[in-house]
This record gives sequence, C-alpha cells and structure tokens, in this order.
Amino acid sequence: MALVETALAEAPQPERVSDDRVAAGHRAGGAVTIRNLSKSYVLNGRPFPVLDRVSHHVAAGEVLAIVGASGSGKTTLLRVIAGLEAADDGAVLIDDSPVHGVGADRAVVFQEPRLLPWLTVLDNIAFPLENRGATRAEARERARHYVGLVGLADFADALPAQLSGGMAQRVGIARALAVKPEILLLDEPFGALDAMTKLTLQDELSRIWREEKVTMILVTHDLEEAVYLADRVLILPREKGDSTREITVDLPRPRSRSEPRFVQLRAALLAAFGLH
Amino acid sequence: MTLETQQPVILPRYAGPRFWHRPPPPHRSGSAARASAVPLADPAPAPEVRSAPAAGRAARFAAFARRVTARFGLLVAFAVLWQVAPALGWSNPAVLPPLDAIVRALWTGVTVGTFANDIAISLQRSGIAFGAAVGIGIPLGLFMGQIRIIEHSLGPILQLFRQTSALALYPVFILLLGLGETSKIFVIFWATLFPILLATIGGVKQVDAKLVEMARVYGASRLTVFRRVVLPASLPQIFVGLRLSATTALLLLIAAEMIGANSGIGFQVMNAQYNFQIPLMFAAILLLALLGLLANLVLETLQARLCRWSRIKD
Repeated sequence: MALVETALAEAPQPERVSDDRVAAGHRAGGAVTIRNLSKSYVLNGRPFPVLDRVSHHVAAGEVLAIVGASGSGKTTLLRVIAGLEAADDGAVLIDDSPVHGVGADRAVVFQEPRLLPWLTVLDNIAFPLENRGATRAEARERARHYVGLVGLADFADALPAQLSGGMAQRVGIARALAVKPEILLLDEPFGALDAMTKLTLQDELSRIWREEKVTMILVTHDLEEAVYLADRVLILPREKGDSTREITVDLPRPRSRSEPRFVQLRAALLAAFGLH
Repeated sequence: MTLETQQPVILPRYAGPRFWHRPPPPHRSGSAARASAVPLADPAPAPEVRSAPAAGRAARFAAFARRVTARFGLLVAFAVLWQVAPALGWSNPAVLPPLDAIVRALWTGVTVGTFANDIAISLQRSGIAFGAAVGIGIPLGLFMGQIRIIEHSLGPILQLFRQTSALALYPVFILLLGLGETSKIFVIFWATLFPILLATIGGVKQVDAKLVEMARVYGASRLTVFRRVVLPASLPQIFVGLRLSATTALLLLIAAEMIGANSGIGFQVMNAQYNFQIPLMFAAILLLALLGLLANLVLETLQARLCRWSRIKD
C-alpha cells in the first residue's frame, strides 16, 4: 500500500502544475497522505471511535471529495488534516512531512462563512495575510485581487452583515485562496445554502480551481456535488473498521450535471449508500 | 455557581433611530436576500421618488415635523402642563413651582450662585470613580473572561460583592476612609465597578468560538486573537456595562453628597430643600437629569462609532 502511495505521489502531473502557477509563487507541492488515522471521542465516559485506521492519498492539484453517513467522521478527518484536532494514532503527511497543528500551507472554508463582523469584506480577506507578516497595504492589495476573483469587487467595503449567505461564503472562499495555500480544505462549504445558490457556487468553485490549481479536499453530504467537483470520491464506511471505498470521476471539465456518464456516476455513488 | 452577565434591563444596547436620523436604508438581510448569491443587486437604498423640488421640500419638512412631534410631543406637553398647572390652580406653586421659575433659578445658580462649582466637584467625584472602575473593570474582566479557572474561583465572591448594596456599605467606607472625598469616590467606584466587570466577563465569554478557531487556522497569534477577535466581539457587551455604570455613578454620587458633603449637586438638592428654596431644589434636580442625559449621549456616540457593525445586524 505504501509502495502504491509513493508511486502515486511521484507520478508526474504536468497538466495540474502549470508553469504560471509556479510563477505565481505556488510550490509544486500539496500532496496529502493520510496514514492509518484513528481517533475517538470520549462519550459518557466511554471511548467512541470516529475514525478507525483510515488511509488515503491525495495527489498535488487533485480534488478529493469525502462523503459518508453522518457520524462517519468526515468532518473530523478534515479537521485532523487542517491541524485543528490531533489524531489518536496514525499521521497526516503533507509532501512527506507530518502535520502538527495548523499551518500556512492549508486553508479552510468552513460551513459557516466565519467572517469577522467588524471588518469589511476586504479586511476579512486581508486578515490572514496580515497575520502571516504582510503589511496592511500589501495584504489589502492581494485581497482586492481575490475579492474580484469571487465576483464581489463592488462589495469590498461592505460589512458581512450586509451580505447574503452566498456572498458571505464567497468571501470565505476568497479569504482561503488569498493565503495561496497548497491545500484547500472545504467542510460542507455550501451545506447551509439554498439549492440555486449552491449550484452557482459549485460552478464558481470549479472555475476557480481550474485557475488556481490547488489541491482540494471537500467534505460534503451532497453526492451530486461530490461527482461534480471531485476527481475522486472517498466513501467513509458506516461501520468503524470497515474499509473505505472510492469512486473515480473520469469526466472532463467543465462538467455537465445532466450528461449520461455524470448520472451514471451519481447512481453508482448513491448505490454505495444503498440508495437509488 | 458561575458568573452571569447582568442583563441590560435598564439600558437597551441601542435606543433606536433618533428623530434626526432618516429611516435606515433596507439592508440585504433576511431570508429572501440571503437566498440570492448573485451579487448584482445594489445594497444602496431604493431610489426615492421625486416630484417638483418645492413639493419635495414641503413633503420632507412635513415628514421632519412628524418625526419631531412623535419624538418630543409628550415631553413638550409635560413641560407645558408643569408651567400652567400652578397658574390654573391645579397645583401648589410653593411645592411645584412653574417651569420658568425653575429655569430662572437654574440660570441664577449657574451665573451668580455656586452651581458651576458644584457641577465641577460632582463631575470630579463621579469622574474619578467611574474612570477607576473602567480602568480596573475592563482589563480585569478581559483577563477573567478568558481564563476559566480564575473566573470560576472569583465568581462567587464577585457575586457576593455585587449583591451587597453600595449604599449599605457607605457607612463602612466612611468609618474606614473618613468623611472626606475618598469615601465618596470609593462608594461610587464600588457601585460602578461590578456592572463593568461582569459585562466585560460576559462579553468575553460570549465570543464565538468558531471565529477564534477561524483566526487560529489563519495564523493569528494569541495576541492577535485577543486584539482582533475577542476585544471587538466583546465591545458591545462592555458598552452595556459602561452605560449601566454611568447611571449608577450619578445615582451614588447624589446619595453620597446628600449624606455627608457641603458641596456638589446632591448637596444643593438637600440644602435647597432645608432652606425651602423649592425652585433651586428643582433646578438642581433638573441639572442632574441633564448630566445623566449627557453621560448617556457621550457613551452612545462612542458606541455608535466603535460598534458600527453591531447595529447593522439589528
């Protein structure tokens, strides 16, 4: 297994790491290896396993969707990768170095936008950059680029309370991208939005990914979203200790939600949950 | 037992739009606006329908007049009633002098009397006490709110102190500190400290843990989390405490000055009553009310400047 992972990590990915991405300051890294990860919470005095020896590999520039029934530990897995929680056993490696806590190589888009209500849209996007040593002017300049990327240039000086839910989530995405992470972690990012907004933002995320070529790990409970956005879909088992399953989405981008192959893949994913 | 924030029963966080404010533009909030993610709609107020300039001006004046009437109509009616009641024989002018006599007494008191001096000494007493309460209460509250164990072990004794009436303790403070300025300032300080302290602790404890986590993910140091997340998030709550304390400061000031002082506005109220200078007594009371309004206005303005974001939500 370890051999296969190494082979995968070393496989050349020319179409995913373009020259201009390197020129834009991106390192050609961002491969994530999840190795034998276990974690349990203590519930009523007894350990309650959430993740049981989960292993997986995500190549640099790839999009992995993680799906699973509620309680399958998909959000916990993402939080461990983000460094917000420590695993009981096993490790997360990013380009072969183990994760200890949060880091500048990863950015998170949360389910809620989590914007600071007292900062404008622009300052919210600049906030992480200032934390990482950019001057205020530099940070705002870079933030201005990303606020445009998500189509909110006219709202740069608005306060979060003045935005709709979808707009606020776009700001969350812009904030994550502005730090130029190698890995973008998305925790049910569109879960709280209505159906139409969700589809629009999925299109937008797909477009942004094609521009930025960042590794994405997307936790979602929306199977169609998983098929639409991901290169591969990881299915976490309901029973702890059962093995994970995986579906490869062999569709070119931009994708159509109604083409036969898409419908077929979605059906296959549904079948994995015993649904039709 | 845990510390609970004193609820803003007396002072609402935001007193609503004042008469000179035009109605706020409709914000894009609420479920209908939230449903849309397409950032095409302009959040600016809807364009006003304008007719001829003159008619527009008249309509605007009428709207302004309506707002002024709605806001101050009852106040004016109250003042008029006060003014005419003695003349019409509805009240005894010796006990309830007409308003013009009170305003005249106030004017004389300020220009030739000792009112200017009294205001100065009263402001000094309450100002020092309030300043000390702010200077100690806010930093201590910020510290206590973040460290659970400290808050946990100091909570019960703070609750005990808070529930002990400062007025009941005034004789104790006089015994300990003498009848001079120190005991007066200390009793005001005592009464104003707890609303500020408890509001600050409550504000810090209410900070959204998800925002703190977000800041951590995005590289914020502990100091940055405190400065840019915890502090701004607790500010509206801190202001609730400040406004509550400002009112308490004036209340305690009067009580302290009535009990043992020979200057100050509270002293003037009592002194005028002893000497049966009823208009002067009402003038001093009016002065106190004005001071209270002024203190509240200052804090409200400060809050509006510092917490602009928290009003948009409502």
